Amino acid sequence: MTRISLTVDGSSVSDDVEPRMLLVQYLRERLGKTGTVIGCDTSNCGACTVHLDGTSVKSCNVLAVQADGAEVTTIEGLAQNGELHPVQEAFRECHGLQCGFCTPGMIMQSVDLLNNNPKPTEEEIRLGLEGNLCRCTGYHNIVKAVQTASGQEVHS
Amino acid sequence: MTVTDERPSDAIEKEIGRDRRRKEDQRLITGRTRWTDNIVLPGILHLAMVRSPFAHATITSIDVSAAKAATNVVDVLSGSDFGAELGAIINAWPITPDQVTPAHSPMPADRVAFAGEIVAVVVARTAAEARDAAELVEVEYDELPPALDLKKSAADEVLAHPDLGTNKSALWVFDSGEAGTGGNVEDAIAKARTDGIVIEREYRQQRLIPAFMEPRSVVVDPTGEQYTMWSATQIPHIVRFALAATTGVPESKIRVIAPDVGGGFGGKLQVTPEEWIAWAVGRRLGKPVKYTETRSESLMSAHHGRDQWQKLTLSAEKDGTVTGLKVELLADLGAYVAIVGGGVPVLGAFMFNAIYKFPAYHFSVQTVLTNKAWTDAYRGAGRPEATYAIERLMSELAAEVGVDPLEIREKNWIKHEEFPFTTVAGLEYDSGNYEAATAKAKEMFGYDELRAEQKRRRDAGDTVQLGIGISTFTEMCGLAPSRVLGQLDYGAGGWEHASVRMLATGKVEVVTGASAHGQGHETAFSQIVADRLGVAFEDVEVLHGDTQISHKGLDTYGSRSLVVGGEALVKAADKVVEKAKPIAAHLLEASVDDLEFSGGRFTVRGTDQGMAIGEIATAVFAAHNLPDNTEPSIDAEATYDPVNFNYPHGTHLCAMEVDTETGAVKMRKYVCVDDIGNIVNPLIVSGQVHGGLVQGIAQALWEEAVYDDSGTLVSGSFVDYLLPTAADTISFDIEHTTTPSLTNTLGTKGVGEAGTIASTPAVVNAVVDAVRHLGVNDIQMPCTPERVWKAINGPGSGGATEGAAMPHFESGGAAGNQEQPGQSSTEGAGA
Repeated sequence: MTRISLTVDGSSVSDDVEPRMLLVQYLRERLGKTGTVIGCDTSNCGACTVHLDGTSVKSCNVLAVQADGAEVTTIEGLAQNGELHPVQEAFRECHGLQCGFCTPGMIMQSVDLLNNNPKPTEEEIRLGLEGNLCRCTGYHNIVKAVQTASGQEVHS
Repeated sequence: MTVTDERPSDAIEKEIGRDRRRKEDQRLITGRTRWTDNIVLPGILHLAMVRSPFAHATITSIDVSAAKAATNVVDVLSGSDFGAELGAIINAWPITPDQVTPAHSPMPADRVAFAGEIVAVVVARTAAEARDAAELVEVEYDELPPALDLKKSAADEVLAHPDLGTNKSALWVFDSGEAGTGGNVEDAIAKARTDGIVIEREYRQQRLIPAFMEPRSVVVDPTGEQYTMWSATQIPHIVRFALAATTGVPESKIRVIAPDVGGGFGGKLQVTPEEWIAWAVGRRLGKPVKYTETRSESLMSAHHGRDQWQKLTLSAEKDGTVTGLKVELLADLGAYVAIVGGGVPVLGAFMFNAIYKFPAYHFSVQTVLTNKAWTDAYRGAGRPEATYAIERLMSELAAEVGVDPLEIREKNWIKHEEFPFTTVAGLEYDSGNYEAATAKAKEMFGYDELRAEQKRRRDAGDTVQLGIGISTFTEMCGLAPSRVLGQLDYGAGGWEHASVRMLATGKVEVVTGASAHGQGHETAFSQIVADRLGVAFEDVEVLHGDTQISHKGLDTYGSRSLVVGGEALVKAADKVVEKAKPIAAHLLEASVDDLEFSGGRFTVRGTDQGMAIGEIATAVFAAHNLPDNTEPSIDAEATYDPVNFNYPHGTHLCAMEVDTETGAVKMRKYVCVDDIGNIVNPLIVSGQVHGGLVQGIAQALWEEAVYDDSGTLVSGSFVDYLLPTAADTISFDIEHTTTPSLTNTLGTKGVGEAGTIASTPAVVNAVVDAVRHLGVNDIQMPCTPERVWKAINGPGSGGATEGAAMPHFESGGAAGNQEQPGQSSTEGAGA
């Protein structure tokens, strides 16, 4: 067991974890942060995407011990003071989700994408979300949601 | 006391037709979700499954001693540890009386019939410990030869279940001559061979995997008086029934909950070994247990879809007027007959004739057992296969006659003034307007300009050629009426149940038996009830997916929720109004005959007196002042059984660019105009269409479940099973035309499967159209660059792609489920 201390969604937490424990398992099983989900075991689907020190990572691809001392933001910590993040708002507004299982990862990745490129083209959005799978929406409305969140004009 | 907004009728905007944002989204976008895997109960134990690595083998011994001794392992159990309480996995649709159906134990003790079948289960305090210990279970097998290739299995070369003596499960036949719905197809074909056109093709429907994003998960809590199962399922009511029917627990002692469910697409329309094993282990140990599959387990052992060979013969006159259609299918059931099983191809049996006026039709399907994962419903279930075949054939016919593929369709389709139309398959299409949808789609697509560009590129000999694909589809949805399902030997009905509860504060609770998993029932059903009762959208709460709350229902599949479940809701709401009416008359001191109900208010004709339905609910709650002998309730329920299926249709146009040097394909434009009757929520409809399109496009271009020659699924992870990403797809142009359905009050038609059903042939037709001038008339799906290149550069349809499909193996072919090129021939006019 290894002792780790980190900040998750603004709260300081500290636990003994097995070295092999994945960050996503730590979030879900130890902290009850079940908003972040597991969709595959090959890091293809991106459903588990969170921010580690402000950058998106697939939390199935990070060991909990690697997050020691870091600041982690999950979908549960994105809204501030009861106000939805603009990307969350845009996903609802544009019907960018159906079953909602990929949504936490898709939103966290979209936030990261817009942090790096505030006015992306459609192609840049599509490439930026390539690591996140969705089976419901056909991506059409997800792309629109990201365009909307970026403040750009959207054609239906 | 009433807090409901009063909404005078003149101020009310109709809810139906509004693009309401979804009620479901707030919790889904903030991570406040209730996926089954999120559920933790005091003392919960975790399960891990030990699965067979062999496709077909006898189990000779199972040694669990090392696993049992591992840290925090509570128990390790195999099939022989259980008796009848383990239950059985049922097939609810024996398609013929003599169907050969292998017994299906959730955990067989003696023999495994596909790679991934469960042979033992480990119970431990954590999921990681359970999985670690599963590695320590020693299972000895004697390998048996596996039946893998569909055609060879149909010839009984190797038996999937030796004790059954055959792989042939059932032969199901429809013949229009015998049914009296049309002529004799052999006569039509014989005539066409002498003076018309005969198109003969063999198409492959590759094996697909539904690949819902949420892996399946099940929690069983046996500690209450009712045993509770949470499951990531589309069908909580059917799971409850099947548990009762097969495990000896009375139905009244079973509660099944489908909490938030992360997609299904038919893939969660199943009763699963994992559910049954969790149920048995929980009962045995008296402790709550949880099992969540890995993605690899999901791809390997959750049911697959499609997997057919389609032998097709279309006859026509020289001018392209169709005279007959003969369809002979081989359908791969996999190792067992799943809950719908052979019923999937039968659902397509009535749809091959599609929108066209075939005078003669013959359909047969031979279902076949193999040693691969079992197959069952996947979005469209039977109808994509039918639509693919006929829409490909109609384009072939057009090429043969030498006319535009839209022209050949128009020549043969049912004209809008001919509805209602009884088809050669015996169905009555109630409404539709193929001309209108096609005209709109052509205009949006810029059809004539793209045809001109195609010609320019062809004339110039461009390396990148343009193809235009067409699909003028229809489908049957709703999976009802019950009477017809009974005639087809389906094990259940097709009705749906709803109830409306008028709360004391004027709020409304709606309970539906349809169990959503992403479709937006909570929003769309709220809109329906808000309109019907004249209450605010926000005041309606839709409850579903828990058999303790929604005690009666048939769940969600087959594009049935709105057209069947929505109609049940309408009927229940109308009963509420009827029950409220005499009470309103009493309270308003008026005659019932003088009351009108509109905009949520009962008014006395010719006066300004009135009362909102919420106020009546409050008065009924108090029950102080009701008419004599009146039950103090205006709650109501209804169970609705439709009179007919439901027939959405549409015109889909696809432009594909094909690089003739590399075989690479690229989608340039996709337009669809779907007629789904009246639309309740256009935003939700658009989402259903977009998602459906991509699943159908993915069959055409990317997805394929591939087995190697020992029966191992080599596309068993998301590295190998190619789900499209945002970078692979484009934005779509979708629109609608509207001819209301005449078989339900709301005039709606199903939309859940339409995009998937329509898009696959549109895409393949476009790819073939781009290279037809190079001598290509078929490319097998998925149309990988390798297949396209091979089709351009050699005979056949691109054939097997085992090299590309099996990057992990140095040699050996993908003999498992592939891949002879389909046979084809054409006789007649230009041949």
